[in-house]
Amino acid sequence: MNESKLSPHTDVDNKSDFSISGEPSNFLPKDLYIPPDALEVILEVFSGPLDLLLYLIRKQNLDILDIPISDITKQYMKYIELMRQIKFDLAGEYLVMAATLAEIKSRMLLPKIDDDDEDSEDPRAALVRRLQEYERFRAAAQNLDTRPRLDRDLYLAYARVYDPNKKKPETQVELADLVKAMHRAMTLSERRRSLQITREALSVRERMTRILSQVKTGEYIRLETFFSSDEGRMGLVVSFIAILELVSDGMLKFTQNENLAPIYVKLAK
Amino acid sequence: MDKSNKELCNVIEAALFSAEMPLSPKQLKLLFPKSNRPSNDAIMDGIHKLIEEYKNRGVELTKTGDGYRFQTRASYAEWLRRLHDFRPPRYSRAMLETLAIIAYRQPVTRGDIEDIRGVTVTTDIMRVLLEREWIRQDGVRSVPGHPALYVTTPSFLSYFGLSSLENLPTLDDPRAIVEIANDLQSNLTLNRNKLLDLDNAGLVESTDQISSGLSEEPQDY
Repeated sequence: MNESKLSPHTDVDNKSDFSISGEPSNFLPKDLYIPPDALEVILEVFSGPLDLLLYLIRKQNLDILDIPISDITKQYMKYIELMRQIKFDLAGEYLVMAATLAEIKSRMLLPKIDDDDEDSEDPRAALVRRLQEYERFRAAAQNLDTRPRLDRDLYLAYARVYDPNKKKPETQVELADLVKAMHRAMTLSERRRSLQITREALSVRERMTRILSQVKTGEYIRLETFFSSDEGRMGLVVSFIAILELVSDGMLKFTQNENLAPIYVKLAK
Repeated sequence: MDKSNKELCNVIEAALFSAEMPLSPKQLKLLFPKSNRPSNDAIMDGIHKLIEEYKNRGVELTKTGDGYRFQTRASYAEWLRRLHDFRPPRYSRAMLETLAIIAYRQPVTRGDIEDIRGVTVTTDIMRVLLEREWIRQDGVRSVPGHPALYVTTPSFLSYFGLSSLENLPTLDDPRAIVEIANDLQSNLTLNRNKLLDLDNAGLVESTDQISSGLSEEPQDY
């Protein structure tokens, strides 16, 4: 890379100075640190070798019928080298294109055969056709991207909350599931009964307040979290009733990702 | 509008507002009892009256694929984005180019796409397009290897607000490279600025964004 042409205003702090429209000869001089992220951004601008070629052709304001293959190849190789230097995961197609360019270049050096078979076509013609074809779809893709689209520019107007991210169908928390969860907790408590020492008087109302304070942050909390076996059967029942009360009051709600998945409790909005 | 016509319009309006999917005129027709089923013309007439009625409103009635749906007007996106806190996924150029080729050239094989783009179509891109149900496989080409053929789906039309494939903007004629060149300069500058403007989250390729959209959080109901 020719560092003598390094433009003085190249400035690492200003992202906009990583100009890809600058001369490639002062693109990434060896002593210039470019944050890897910024370079990836630049390289992502090219979606493939054809895209890169189009860009290089633009840079030199080339005549369609007379692409100076030699120059273009040189430029192209500089970019490839750059990508390799920063260990950009270079798609093999970039190298194939380099080979294609080299092939065209060498074919152009050969004397023309005065024959009207397809070999006498300008060796560049096939490449130009590919570039043109690619460009049509490049434009079409851009077009598609700017169309007003759902969830970005327009939203479905329909009488239910629409969540575009939702993939799984909603699952009802069945009463049976609640009872099962309760049963599991009870069984657990059964096994630990010998640890039970005293029995406190437990108030459902007090428990409701405590549970509410636990879910205050709006997090999803597993139903089992509220079942502390330390309090024995009574404590479990009180917690269970307190949660049911809160749900029935609309303060809490149950959620479940799918059948048999853990049941969560969340503050109702 | 006489009373029965008004009634018909109201039924169509109510049905479209409560339906999750676009409804076709045929589906709308079936909402009416057999004994009193309006003609196709009457249904279409009702739809067009509604389209007219909603002409200057915040929501509009539009055709997408075979069906009709109410949607907010694109010109109000700025306000609505503040209401809907999800971040619309961004799609990479590679993905959009792939989608464009499938849309215009369908049915196509992966090889066809690669020929035009000059670069491998990654499995990720195809997976996301299939997952979003914008494309589907439609048979295979009868050549050695029997490569799968891909076509776009009604969801694709719906998402990009197209009433039909014929409604896709005409593909540009192959243009002279010089002309392409002039465009490219402005586009590249634009793209670069756009990219550099993005915060880190915005730089993440679309696949990540989509998977992050598939939240593992329990769903409310």
